[in-house]
Amino acid sequence: MPDSPNQMPNAAPDARSANSPALTVRHLSVFFGKSAAVKNVSLDITRHAVTAIIGPSGCGKSTFLRALNRMHELNPEARMEGEIHLFGDDIYSRTVESVTVRRRVGMVFQKSNPFPTMSIVENVTVGLRLNGVRERKILAERTEQSLRMAALWDEVKDRLNAPAISLSGGQQQRLCIARALAVQPEVLLMDEPASALDPLATAKIEDLIVSLKKDYTIVIVTHNMQQAARASDFTAFFYLGELVEFGPTAKIFTSPAQKRTEDYVTGRFG
Amino acid sequence: MTAPNHNWRKFKNAFMQTLAFVCAILVVVPLVLVFYHLIKEGFTSINWAFFTQLQKPVGESGGGMANAIVGTFVLLAQAALIGVPVGVLGGVFLSEYGGTKLNWWIRFAADILNGVPSITWGIVVWALLVVPLTAPFRGTVKSVDAAEHLVTVQSPAGDTQEFKADANTRLQLNGKGRLDSLNQGTDVMIWYHQGNDNTLLADSISPSGLWGIFIATIIKWHNSVSGFSALAGGVVLGLMMIPLVMRTTEEVLQLVPGGYREAALALGIAKWKTIVQIVIRTALKGIVTGVMLALARVAGETAPLLFTALGNQNWTHSLTEPIAAMPLQIFAYAISPYDDWHRQAWAGALVLLLLVLSINITVRFLTRDRFQPKI
Repeated sequence: MPDSPNQMPNAAPDARSANSPALTVRHLSVFFGKSAAVKNVSLDITRHAVTAIIGPSGCGKSTFLRALNRMHELNPEARMEGEIHLFGDDIYSRTVESVTVRRRVGMVFQKSNPFPTMSIVENVTVGLRLNGVRERKILAERTEQSLRMAALWDEVKDRLNAPAISLSGGQQQRLCIARALAVQPEVLLMDEPASALDPLATAKIEDLIVSLKKDYTIVIVTHNMQQAARASDFTAFFYLGELVEFGPTAKIFTSPAQKRTEDYVTGRFG
Repeated sequence: MTAPNHNWRKFKNAFMQTLAFVCAILVVVPLVLVFYHLIKEGFTSINWAFFTQLQKPVGESGGGMANAIVGTFVLLAQAALIGVPVGVLGGVFLSEYGGTKLNWWIRFAADILNGVPSITWGIVVWALLVVPLTAPFRGTVKSVDAAEHLVTVQSPAGDTQEFKADANTRLQLNGKGRLDSLNQGTDVMIWYHQGNDNTLLADSISPSGLWGIFIATIIKWHNSVSGFSALAGGVVLGLMMIPLVMRTTEEVLQLVPGGYREAALALGIAKWKTIVQIVIRTALKGIVTGVMLALARVAGETAPLLFTALGNQNWTHSLTEPIAAMPLQIFAYAISPYDDWHRQAWAGALVLLLLVLSINITVRFLTRDRFQPKI
């Protein structure tokens, strides 16, 4: 893991040891106004692994994901309870700003959203440039590194200055992944990153996710059961805002402990 | 049951269709008439001198309105300096910040302001920027020498100042027209200028109070004593631009998909940087369009300039002096009794129309691909 310039205070000494979780979520509830979208969820996100969040629409899985980098705060109605620690640092501590959290916990969205006014290379480096990185050498290095990691380098290396929106849908989504990787986050959140793509582009994204876990901790929300089964190491099943079951993916899909989980993964409801 | 009367029905149908067609044509007729007349009357007077020379005295032919053309651009530049930053940032607030209730009220206020008659803007800025800058001497009448036309006034600070009133001024006194109608102890305001021998010559003397200011200033206006300024003209046009720019900016910012904001914020980019570098940059064309349309709209304003920029037959060397503007010049020429000036007015109107038209055409070009990037 690259060392982060944005270390937060109060890191517990043992939290950075090799086997401790990347994220520990304790008694997390998220409310929009009076209704609770996420209810009392506790789980650990293992580092260098892919954790999939599954569940029917409206089960709170996206809200849960967004609480992991405080994106839910964009909704002025949102309010949270509980604790989330990122490598031992309380990301909801009063002294920690949401901007700092989001630099450490990146995010990729369902709809690819490269900035339309920028070229491919500008899109990749935007997070660095707007956070004050000026040195061309670093920017060039990170551009290539991020595009390679996002499996896009070979396709765009000859037209880095072309408009980002000239890329195909699948390429745009991989560009968004490269953009998120360029700021070197510690955790990468993905909110249904392939749901708007065709099967071929989806397969590429899935391969990418598997290859990225060498360097990153990944949490992915997906509607696609096969995708969760193929790409993830751990799976959490959410239903009506509650965490029904959480465990290794193989176990969730073959011998779930809960009846509701079994019904969902076998396609009997949801 | 009688057979339906198809002919009557067909007639009604044809009649209504014709009526609608005639009305649609009537919309276009004024535009054609305006163009036809402006070109017919004004085109022959447009020449090099028109753009490079000042107006010639009555009786001499030729001359132009170079000062008015420059003046219009000076006024527009000042208006843009005021209207663009305030309008754009206001639009940013409405779109990106603020509680919904507060925004509702701001939007409501902006919409009302957009409907305020331009002459109202003029009189407000006149009261705020023209009247105070005429800097009257305020005080209490100590003594009046009607025979010598001398008025001695004491300011609240205790200074005593002697003013000599001329024949003109006497007409303005308290609406009565005689110096001896001023009583000792009356609170007055005196607008004055300094004579050659350093005497203070009163341009008008009036009792304190808003009505007094009004009378005094209308008179001063005709005497064309300072207080009117290019600055006041720029401010009034700038104020008129603010609500226009604010609403269009808000609208184009709302067209920027929320996904771009989220993507930037998720990269750990601060909110204001996200707004400036991502949101505004994406909507820049639309914002520029809004600004240009607002400029085109205020470029032709005449009424508010009558009270503020006033007009000027010569070049203006300072923003505190009255300045010429094309609409004012057109107005002044058009109501004059001279054929030469009438022709200049036509030419001025044609040039002004072409200016506004070229702004609109530029905007058309800019907005051609407004909805790209594809979203």
